[in-house]
Amino acid sequence: MEWEVVIGLEVHVQLATQSKIFSGASTAFGAEPNTQACAVDLAMPGTLPVPNEEAFRFAVMFGLAMNAEIGKRSVFERKNYFYPDLPKGYQTTQLEQPIVGAGQIEIHLEDGSSKTVRLHHAHLEEDAGKSLHEDFHGMSGIDLNRAGTPLIEIVSEPDMRSAAEAVAYLKKIHSIVTYLGISDGDMSQGSLRCDANVSVRLKGEEELGTRTEIKNLNSFRFIEKAIKVEAQRQIDLIEDGGKVTQETRLYDADKNETRSMRSKEVANDYRYFPCPDLLPVVLTDDYVEQIRSELPELPDAKCARFEKDYGLSAYDADQLTQERATADYFEQVAAKSGEPKLAANWVMGELAALLNREEKSIADSPVSAEHLAGLIARIKDNTISSKIAKQVFEAMANGDGDADTVIEAKGLKQVSDTGAIEKMVDDVIAASTSQVENYRNADPDKRPKMMGFFVGQIMKASKGQANPQMINKILKEKLDALL
Amino acid sequence: MAVDAQTVEKLAELARIAISEETIDEVSSRLGDVLQLVDQLQAVNTDGVAPMAHPLDEVQVLRKDEVTEPNRREDFLALAPQTEAGLYLVPKVID
Repeated sequence: MEWEVVIGLEVHVQLATQSKIFSGASTAFGAEPNTQACAVDLAMPGTLPVPNEEAFRFAVMFGLAMNAEIGKRSVFERKNYFYPDLPKGYQTTQLEQPIVGAGQIEIHLEDGSSKTVRLHHAHLEEDAGKSLHEDFHGMSGIDLNRAGTPLIEIVSEPDMRSAAEAVAYLKKIHSIVTYLGISDGDMSQGSLRCDANVSVRLKGEEELGTRTEIKNLNSFRFIEKAIKVEAQRQIDLIEDGGKVTQETRLYDADKNETRSMRSKEVANDYRYFPCPDLLPVVLTDDYVEQIRSELPELPDAKCARFEKDYGLSAYDADQLTQERATADYFEQVAAKSGEPKLAANWVMGELAALLNREEKSIADSPVSAEHLAGLIARIKDNTISSKIAKQVFEAMANGDGDADTVIEAKGLKQVSDTGAIEKMVDDVIAASTSQVENYRNADPDKRPKMMGFFVGQIMKASKGQANPQMINKILKEKLDALL
Repeated sequence: MAVDAQTVEKLAELARIAISEETIDEVSSRLGDVLQLVDQLQAVNTDGVAPMAHPLDEVQVLRKDEVTEPNRREDFLALAPQTEAGLYLVPKVID
């Protein structure tokens, strides 16, 4: 039997406002517990919420970037449930009339193909506080600093068919919100979190299977693993004659398995109703158009421009535009060096490897865009070979200064002096009598390949600093003269 | 039209309200009265009338994104029955 996995994602994105969605308390991350939880956030009697205009502006920016309808009249509702990290006894959210309606985005897969994923809607809501369960004499400690932080919950249609597609979609959302600057997108701090709805069905079947919801996935890697392991669990269950139960499950990364979160609890009954403390929020066409006119260049547009203006491949352009910081870095290097293709290769190659090794983001790169551009300029004008360039790059990463300083200090300048190269060629030919003999006796078709040995020896003699084009030219002349 | 006892118990559980056995009948008939009133309202012909999200036909005013609330943690913590290390302590909840 061939199974098909069906995935829909609910992504929660914390908006990068200064203050909370309904109060003037700070949203700064990492403050001492409860120092940013005011009377409104604590649900003190008599307090009233007043919505933050920036949260609406950010949500509209997101909606426009997702090619979605904007809810010009949106309504807050109460989602009623009791949990200590939610002091009001309800979460203020949107249901019937959200700020962002149906939309769609294109996702790009590793194999170079693209796919459209539909957005069901996105709504504004408040985040809850945090519960800490350790070391409180059998009690739970509650920190309400996060309570009331503005979120947009982004709900996709069940359009994804593999864990890889789900990750590509999430990366796209991450890319869009960080390009827009409406969230820092930092998954390790919970700024972007994801719940995955997963079901399986036989290929060709139209009806959806029973789904489970995997909660609180907070890294791209875990999302991929959790979806894979949950889909396999469902397939095994059905093939063994069982049935999938609709439930919420938790992914255990240590055991690489999902397990049921709520076994006995009665089904949730949130009894939504319009929040009587808040009036409908109405936005004008002018307001929305103003925001549209101020949108920054988005990943897809930037990707298309990189292909066109810099002559990059679709794959390279996509890789370079996933993160705005990477795209900006690349553009600086390309502009300053005048060599976009070399710039792309270095940013995706040596620089990416360096950042990966040192676990740094491109914003904290030990090699600045200016220094990398300087290095590329020296490759271009033949001062150094690509091979020596890697050595210079490592030195720049260690803080030894810019490319020219390193080349000078270490004496790495490429030897392009004809006399010097001729001498090295002569020396190697003189020391390699048997190879020269083989070369002379070889079939002319085989000779170009046989030159590799001599080039290698000369490079070694020059410590990699001889100009390779010149070696090839002089060597060929001298060898051919011996024929 | 009374609400059955089972529904009353479920609603009480959802609302975290303790209702004693003896009062269930009374609550059930009172809730029934409320529902009867709702039935009466629903009998009104509302064809062509857009539903309202709020009894006031007004639009929400938004505030500027500014931090205006000072840290008053100690005042608030002083109101709680149990606190530690700046946290509010509650009976253990594990989801």
